[in-house]
Amino acid sequence: MRAHETLLVALCLLPAFAHAEPLRSGSTFLSDNLRARQADDGANPAMLWVDEGRRLWREKRGLSDRACASCHGATASSMRDVATRYPLVDESGRLLNLEARINVCRTTKQQADALAYESEELLSLTAFIAYQSRGLPMRVATGGTAGPYLKRGEAFFNRRQGQLNLSCANCHVDHVGKRLRGDIISHGLGNGYPTYRIEWQSIGSLHRRLRACSFGVRAVRFDYGSQEYLELELYLAARANGVKVETPAIRR
Amino acid sequence: MARNSARVSMPAKAQKGEVIEIKTLIQHRMETGYRVDATGKNIPRDIVHRMRVFYAGEEVFAMDFTQGVAANPYVALALRAEQSGEFLFVWEDHDKTLATVRKTLTVVG
Amino acid sequence: MPTRRDLIVGAGAMALVPARAAATPELRDREIARLTGGAPVVDDGRVTLTIPAVAENGLSVFTTVSVASPMTPDDHVRRIHILAERNPISRLLTWQLSPTCGVAKVSTNIRLAASQNVTALVEMSDGSFSQDRKTVVVTIAACIDGG
Repeated sequence: MRAHETLLVALCLLPAFAHAEPLRSGSTFLSDNLRARQADDGANPAMLWVDEGRRLWREKRGLSDRACASCHGATASSMRDVATRYPLVDESGRLLNLEARINVCRTTKQQADALAYESEELLSLTAFIAYQSRGLPMRVATGGTAGPYLKRGEAFFNRRQGQLNLSCANCHVDHVGKRLRGDIISHGLGNGYPTYRIEWQSIGSLHRRLRACSFGVRAVRFDYGSQEYLELELYLAARANGVKVETPAIRR
Repeated sequence: MARNSARVSMPAKAQKGEVIEIKTLIQHRMETGYRVDATGKNIPRDIVHRMRVFYAGEEVFAMDFTQGVAANPYVALALRAEQSGEFLFVWEDHDKTLATVRKTLTVVG
Repeated sequence: MPTRRDLIVGAGAMALVPARAAATPELRDREIARLTGGAPVVDDGRVTLTIPAVAENGLSVFTTVSVASPMTPDDHVRRIHILAERNPISRLLTWQLSPTCGVAKVSTNIRLAASQNVTALVEMSDGSFSQDRKTVVVTIAACIDGG
């Protein structure tokens, strides 16, 4: 397949050296135009999902007949720094990302059905909640109960996978700033998710992006919400600690 | 989705004669009609056909879309503030209204 | 003969192009003739089409058209058309302006199926036509995932 061959050839031609540089957001690797579009709420299409999330926040759901607003307030200002702390380990020892936390509320508090990954409703709510933390630096917990999950996430990040036998680190550490055809490789922080990806012509979750990466190296694509991607998500968030949340971002 | 989320960004106030910038967005897949699904069946065209802008009751701007316009269309236009009044933004399919947004502009001076 | 650059279109943009023949420069010229009714089109510098020389992704190319016009009832821009020459269809969109716009400047994002020339054709209130044409190279990201 052309994409596979070109990708392989392109990588073989890239000089192999690692350089330690402070990690920066994917938006610094965008063209001026896309970066400007992301910064302009009037032009960023992802804001349409934030608007929808704002509406859904106030809609009563489930047997409880409660809205998110019923417990958390009408304006969602109580969500102010929530996205900076996810993924995290809950009281029962489970690793949760924002999507999983929303579904915990949905099923236990609202007594409604869980929302499917990439459903318009889950994307809109996740975008709206994460947007409340826009501009705040990531600060996920890395010690205590998070420790073992973080170790497995780090191992995944550094493990070569797939027919192309590449690890996340091979691109997102070794070749940051280099071109992959029309793309420029970023640090892969994932600090703007859910993100409007031009390729998707829609907003999408981080797990959708991770599945795309797995597909890119012809490796197994894990399920949305899988333990593998959750642990990787925790490791990516830890790498992003100190970098500001940009949800809802625009990416290629 | 049953309704298409839409948003308009424009100043709430302007000086008489000032030219303002209006930015519009509507959530829409703009399905081209060229794609096929996993079974090989053609996915029919489904796009926004027209956007119209009314200012103080008069149509002042319109855009005819084709499948050549990107998904979740963004359209920006200029407008000279002449009088305080209501704006109405309407996005249409060939047989129905997809979304409407109302805004008010207060013109001073 | 398609060049290697022409073939770098990728899964995303390929999804937009039908198997049958797409628009050509000749079809675009015919569409322009249809829109102008045969009237002459001048490259007089009044129209400025701003579009990236290299587009990161053909699915969404930021496009701005600016026309030097007083936008008075007697002298204003009536319509602006955007035309492609290597998309499935020639005319991508039409804007209709009025003197109330004050300034003839509009923006949107268009879809480009391949590297090509993009034309902004402008109809003035006096029935005259002007245009601007720019070349856009459409690249594709490496990280195509088929959606």
